[in-house]
Amino acid sequence: MNLKLLKAAIIKTLPIMAGYMVLGMGFGILLKINGYGVLWVLAMSIFVYAGSMQYVGISLITGGASIISTALTTLMVNARHLFYGISMIQRYRGAGLKKLYLMFALTDETYSLVCNGDYPEGAIPHEYYFLVSLCDQIYWVIGSVMGSLIGSVITFNTEGIDFAMTALFVTVFVEQWVDTKEHRPSLIGVGASVLCLLLFGRENFLIPTMISIIILLTVCRGALERGGVASE
Amino acid sequence: MSNTHAAILIAVMALVTMILRFLPFMIFRDRETPEYINFLGKYLPYSIMGMLVVYCLKDVSITSSPFGIPELISVVLVAVLHFWKRNTLVSIVSGTVCYMLLIQVF
Repeated sequence: MNLKLLKAAIIKTLPIMAGYMVLGMGFGILLKINGYGVLWVLAMSIFVYAGSMQYVGISLITGGASIISTALTTLMVNARHLFYGISMIQRYRGAGLKKLYLMFALTDETYSLVCNGDYPEGAIPHEYYFLVSLCDQIYWVIGSVMGSLIGSVITFNTEGIDFAMTALFVTVFVEQWVDTKEHRPSLIGVGASVLCLLLFGRENFLIPTMISIIILLTVCRGALERGGVASE
Repeated sequence: MSNTHAAILIAVMALVTMILRFLPFMIFRDRETPEYINFLGKYLPYSIMGMLVVYCLKDVSITSSPFGIPELISVVLVAVLHFWKRNTLVSIVSGTVCYMLLIQVF
């Protein structure tokens, strides 16, 4: 592992550090309030490692949910990760043992950093992606443990700080918009999501959204590939 | 709820999440990815990022006060700053501080 690459990964993940520390702390505090201490926090942040699912998980655990409903809820909340996998198949090909962790650690935020395929000049891409993924999870684990340990003594009003995640996705969206003349995939994403949100409601719109995105992209496939201006 | 049951639920969450994250890679591990999957892989990131932005804003109510105005202002600020400066950290910090001020002060 070389230090220069680690430095590049840390700089790239700084926005995530802010967001994950805060969201992680929020999670640690909530779980602690509900009677589950730091070991539980560690178990979830290390092995589940999925932000929104961990928040949902708190209510499943405290509400005494069944195994089946827990499995189904996880399936619904995290189905979008199938998408991330599909678009990273080529990029993660041949990463060897590191690939196991690269696949495991592909959260929304990590995906937003690796999906454009940028890496520092001269670096081995897989090593760089690995460090980016690892840094992100370390922030998440540290944040959630801190929340569990010191959460109750925080004095400043952190309400709204979770907007950092929204802001991150907006910046990636803008990057992608500027990088290509082909805006249809971006517009399809926003359009299908808004439409499905209105039709199916906030609890159930993700899966219909994903299906409509696939259908719309497939319908536009000919036109998109003829255009062929999307950058790698 | 017993600790054992809580531990089992966490294991279930971890397992299902892992399956979802591993599945696409497992299916196409030993063979060439079909053209169609490559096509999806190339264009999905654009659509997904649009979906994630909407997903983050899904709990905003435009029919009750404050009508999503803090979110709208902050998202526009982030987008404009980012088009202009292309500096991720500046865009995110400005947008987040703006949002926190808007919802805490007003």
